[in-house]
Amino acid sequence: MTMPIDRSGSAVVTLPSHTEILITRKFDAPAELLFEVWTTPEHIRNWWGWERDEMTVCEFDLRVGGKWRFAAGHAEYGEFAFSGECLEIDPPNRLVSTETFEPFPDSKAVNTLTLEEEDGVTTMTVHVQHETKEARDAHIGSGMESGLQHSLDRIDEILATERETV
Amino acid sequence: MVIYLVGMARAATTADAFNAVAEPRRREILDALADGERSVTDLVATLPVSQPQVSKHLKVLREVGLVRSRSVGRQRLYRVEPLALKPIHDWLQDYERMWNERLDRLDGYLYQIQGKE
Repeated sequence: MTMPIDRSGSAVVTLPSHTEILITRKFDAPAELLFEVWTTPEHIRNWWGWERDEMTVCEFDLRVGGKWRFAAGHAEYGEFAFSGECLEIDPPNRLVSTETFEPFPDSKAVNTLTLEEEDGVTTMTVHVQHETKEARDAHIGSGMESGLQHSLDRIDEILATERETV
Repeated sequence: MVIYLVGMARAATTADAFNAVAEPRRREILDALADGERSVTDLVATLPVSQPQVSKHLKVLREVGLVRSRSVGRQRLYRVEPLALKPIHDWLQDYERMWNERLDRLDGYLYQIQGKE
């Protein structure tokens, strides 16, 4: 049995322009599975969201024009909800959807998920296109202010599960 | 060092690193200095900017501590002060950390469900 490559912390965020955000990471999983885990509520609940906070809403209607909505309660900050609509669906390689952070209805962005598989490794990119630099900057700032800090012990738990099952 | 990560409207104050790097030409200058010390003449030769413009931008960058200079003979050499970029770096880093946590969770979950199959 070979040990999987430790890819924790390997996601890279870059800002290609004043209105864009680009997130890149590799996964040791087929694109098909990654696409499914990204777009199916039963799976999404297991990874999206905040530390120890249950997702209170997790809906994803994977159809062009279909709506999605995620919400999670945060002990300190109250509930946060994000929602949007699917614009283009090309499983397992591409999904284009809108995303709005509901407290700021003007914050609508267009997200493009791209999955490219090669030799069992899938490179994921999430491209976020905002309409203005202000909205893009607010989006980045919200990552900090909404306290999306995930405790190290939770990561340890996941790593422990990995070791048991792999 | 890469300076693409900047240009943010967040700061309302005038003299801080965020505002200094909001100007595209100043980011070009920082990028050019990222490889090492350079003189104004050198910068003018590499960038499509006039000498008075380069000097003006360097002045702003020096005021917020992003750039330092020293005299060598008759030349003045400019270099980047990486510590001054830290607030900007931190700003993006928190966001990157959030994504890393989320995607590490996704990664762990993928291992878990693939292991069970």
